[in-house]
Amino acid sequence: MVTLTIDGKTVEARDDMTILGAARGVGIDIPTLCWMKKINDIGACRVCVVEVEGEERMAAACNTTVREGMVVRTNTPAVVRARQTNLQMILSEHRSECTSCARSETCALRQLCADFSIESLPFAAISPKGEWDEDFPLIRDSSKCIKCMRCVAECEKVQHCAVWDFTGSGPHMKVTVKDGQNIDAAGCALCGQCITHCPTGALTARLDIPKVMNALSDPDVITVVQVAPAVRAAWGEGVGLAREEATPGRMAAALRALGFDKVFDTDFAADLTIMEEGSEFVEFMGSDKPRPMFTSCCPGWVRFAKLHYPQFVGRLSSAKSPHQMMGAVVKNTMKAAADEAGKSLFVVSIMPCVAKKYECDVPQLATEAGRDVDAVLTVREFDRMLKMFRVDCGALAETPFDNPLGLSTGAGTIFGRTGGVMEAALRSAVFLITGENPDFSTCDTTAATPETPWVTKELDVAGTPVRIAVASGLGNTAKLLDAIEAGEVDLDFVEIMACPGGCVGGGGQPISFNEELASVRAENLNSLDEADTLRYSHENPDVQKLYADWVDKPLSHTAHEWLHTDQEAWDI
Amino acid sequence: MSRLPVFAPTKADEQARVIADAVINRVSVYGNSTCPLETAVGFFKLCASQSCGKCTSCRIGLTRLTDSLESILRGEHVEGIVEQVVMVCDTLYKTADCAIGFQAGRVGLAFADLIKEDAESHLANGVCTQPFTAVPCVKECPSHVDIPGYIACLREGRPADAVRVIRNDNPFPSACAFVCEHPCEHTCRRGMIDAPVNIRGLKQHAVLTAGAVDVPEKAEATNKKVAIIGGGPSGLTAAYYLALMGHSITVYEQNDHLGGMMYYGIPRYRLPEENLNYDIDAILSLGIEVKLNSKVGEDVQWEDLVDGYDAVYIAIGAHHFRDLGIEYATREGVMSAASFLHRVADGTPDDLKGKDVVVVGGGNVAMDATRTAKRLGAKSVRCIYRRRIEDMTALPEEVEAAIAEGCEMVELMSPVRIDKGTEHGIAFVGQPQMPSLYKGGRPAPVATQSEETVFECDVLIEAIGQIIEYQYFAEKGVEQNRGRFLSDEHGRANGFENVFVGGDCQTGPSTVIRAIAAGKAVAANIDAYLGFGHDVFDDVKIPRAAFDSKLACGRVNVQERSAAERAADFQGVEVPLRDEEAAQECGRCLRCDHFGMGALRGGRPEKW
Repeated sequence: MVTLTIDGKTVEARDDMTILGAARGVGIDIPTLCWMKKINDIGACRVCVVEVEGEERMAAACNTTVREGMVVRTNTPAVVRARQTNLQMILSEHRSECTSCARSETCALRQLCADFSIESLPFAAISPKGEWDEDFPLIRDSSKCIKCMRCVAECEKVQHCAVWDFTGSGPHMKVTVKDGQNIDAAGCALCGQCITHCPTGALTARLDIPKVMNALSDPDVITVVQVAPAVRAAWGEGVGLAREEATPGRMAAALRALGFDKVFDTDFAADLTIMEEGSEFVEFMGSDKPRPMFTSCCPGWVRFAKLHYPQFVGRLSSAKSPHQMMGAVVKNTMKAAADEAGKSLFVVSIMPCVAKKYECDVPQLATEAGRDVDAVLTVREFDRMLKMFRVDCGALAETPFDNPLGLSTGAGTIFGRTGGVMEAALRSAVFLITGENPDFSTCDTTAATPETPWVTKELDVAGTPVRIAVASGLGNTAKLLDAIEAGEVDLDFVEIMACPGGCVGGGGQPISFNEELASVRAENLNSLDEADTLRYSHENPDVQKLYADWVDKPLSHTAHEWLHTDQEAWDI
Repeated sequence: MSRLPVFAPTKADEQARVIADAVINRVSVYGNSTCPLETAVGFFKLCASQSCGKCTSCRIGLTRLTDSLESILRGEHVEGIVEQVVMVCDTLYKTADCAIGFQAGRVGLAFADLIKEDAESHLANGVCTQPFTAVPCVKECPSHVDIPGYIACLREGRPADAVRVIRNDNPFPSACAFVCEHPCEHTCRRGMIDAPVNIRGLKQHAVLTAGAVDVPEKAEATNKKVAIIGGGPSGLTAAYYLALMGHSITVYEQNDHLGGMMYYGIPRYRLPEENLNYDIDAILSLGIEVKLNSKVGEDVQWEDLVDGYDAVYIAIGAHHFRDLGIEYATREGVMSAASFLHRVADGTPDDLKGKDVVVVGGGNVAMDATRTAKRLGAKSVRCIYRRRIEDMTALPEEVEAAIAEGCEMVELMSPVRIDKGTEHGIAFVGQPQMPSLYKGGRPAPVATQSEETVFECDVLIEAIGQIIEYQYFAEKGVEQNRGRFLSDEHGRANGFENVFVGGDCQTGPSTVIRAIAAGKAVAANIDAYLGFGHDVFDDVKIPRAAFDSKLACGRVNVQERSAAERAADFQGVEVPLRDEEAAQECGRCLRCDHFGMGALRGGRPEKW
């Protein structure tokens, strides 16, 4: 421990702490822009500079280690002026078209400039918009890039894909797709973490609101919307609702307010996924197929496997992701009636995800009734539509989802957090094997967190040991896959979610600068699960009815046609 | 009224001089793989700032050049822009009136190919051909030793950890502490402020204060056998890492001591034997089998090695000498520097007491022979070289030390023939030269009209380069070109799967650290060839960098004992840094692993 003085306060700090860490520990706020704790502490933006007594130069608080007797001043006029000048310099290379930027409300640079009263641009020079494949779900506008390197660090250190790199030097140093490749050939899993960690609008998800608006305005289209489990834990953030106000019922009402004809819940399809994937797993346990089997509901993970670990693709569950299942069910069960009325169906998925914008376009996932899902909106786009339509969300009365595809169990709800798919699957797999519902604690996976590479659990199911593991974040995933390949772990069933913390931390979620909200949102899903009267997917009466009326039983011929895919039949 | 002002430098002159010095300091650390186009822009802008503005091609050409290059850097596609850049350089060179312009064009043309290649990459893919070098000293070190890492350990009073960090990339911390040519210092970013950090001096302080440091634990035995031919820096480096990786190693050494040129070539006063043994003992502590006095082709056959081992590394160095290729009326008293130094190392030196000695050559070996002859009691030692002293390939400090010790440098004197002397046995006949046009980066010497000059001596030592004893291996199918073994960029001998070559026998006579670097790379590649991916890193916690304003501070040099004292014995000539000097010098390290782009990827690789 060392003792130092920050702004006149005596501070005790561990001797490996940074000035920033020590200052925050005593409530002193130092602004940052490029810094991400332990991931990008590189001192690039020079916004966190502070004075150190005895030194002529200023230190970057984010990566300067404290020392005994150090006297630090974080808020002198000279410090403020230096920060202002650095911000003005950053702006001279940033296309500040804030009024037409996806990040106008959540831009960290814009917020800092407002805080620092940047009201003139002495070094003005506006960069032209960068070239990009605007059809790709991940969009980059180099003219808004401030070279903070957060995307480079996030993708390389947290998500293992190393899609981004910097090239060149000096004034022309720039962030680029590694080795100048095209983004669609660069191994991008489309997790979208670079988007949610970009401080500006340089990285965004493709805007698909216009497609949805066209459908909503077409009288000959029946618009069907579904919302992913993790959306209910985060949608309120973007429209200013407190967590307790942003209930699933209010969300369903908000979707109706947007004019969708049918408001279904992807949680229903999550229950359906458990029936299929759980049955597949029970069958798998009785087979001599190579272990383990992997979940397949995360398209970021599926993309990652296909791009970076193709040797594991054959072990992915054949189950489609829940929203694709929902799309297939909607299209196949509602098509006849729609045709009769001379109308077409348009399925919209509201997702915490960027990869699903890619997934819904994969031709091999379509059924006889056409493509499963016609458009995927992120939670951010959903929130923006609510603002466009001036929906006063707080004033809405709660309404249920439409049936029969709106009823779900708590097991479907926890799909939105790391471990949730596994937990839901175990609740039903044990039932399928033993005929009895297991205790919730037996199946509990809430120990899973992106801070540890993976967690494992061993269950005794009717005398058979079942070894499971849960990992979220692709860096963690790579570690787990490497351990499996090296024979260091023996597993039967593995759940992977591409985003740290699972969909609650998804790349399509609302953005809060430097706040990792996955665990808070996961708490929300857990409370919904605990409060639910139905908590086992196999007890969802509407799922049972769907089987009775349409699909026969899990893994039936129809189930294969609608709800499964041959993972090895398509590449990225 | 007055008519003339008294000369006094103006403020602007002063500014120009300060900036010129600053430019020299900064340019000295160029070449750290900054973008080639960016480097060119910087150069042409500097040239433009010196232009008077009279000539079209200089005034406008330099500006258009930087405009075009910057437009390429912005990724703007303009038809024919790359060709235009070359055309402007050409016109600038051919038509500008004075050196400000034409020399800029000439330099541009010299690198036209690189500029074109990089420009095409920027335009086609938006990427530079050169990755940015975050930590210049590490990049410049052929073996990529983690220099900021070990300096940081040393600064914290952990010299043993400093040695461990060095050994992660170089098992000769002690030998290199005495004799490394330290290319790391040439691009040390500290040079921008005052002068490069004395990296070699700090390494020396680390090994001298650390005492013996245990080597890391070996990996589990792989049951793979590797034969290494040559127990010099390259062979022993490969032996060290391959042994750490768990392979079984046998070193075949033709002499009766290990160390190669470090033992037989470099004199003890530069590298004391105990300081070389510090490294060799550590390497051998891994349980490496050494067969001394085993010459491949005589004591052991090639077939036994390639058939009996899973892989073979040929690292035989360049120990053979060549003569001057002129007429010799006598050979008595004429010897090669290699054999002369070898006998000294063996403890059977020639008796030079009271003799007049001439050494021919201008490289480091010539200086070693010159200074050694002086120490053996020669009455006079003259070192004769056909170019100028500043063209010598020997390190300037070696030349200065030889002069200080009382040896004479005779420059611009080309050997003509060896006659029998009148007063001494040998008469070296030389033709005075003058420097002329540059060839290969140095001015070529040409004969003057002056008469031949005769240097009589008792002993003539020829130090004009070593060659490789390649013939036996060539007969066995190892490809060579002009006596150097040929390999791919990973050290694999042409046409072989399991035979590797490296060090002087592959590069031609070069530095110890390059030989070490080859041994390290080959060890990694042999490991991979054998189907492994061993990690040999000894984990050492590198202290975090501390912030300060980095004010200019004088570099502490390693001093030498007084010339008169040291010239009389073979004891080490250097006086290592004192503790307080080493502490200050450690503090001069800018920690480029932390400050600057080094921060992005942790400042150092986690493994090779």
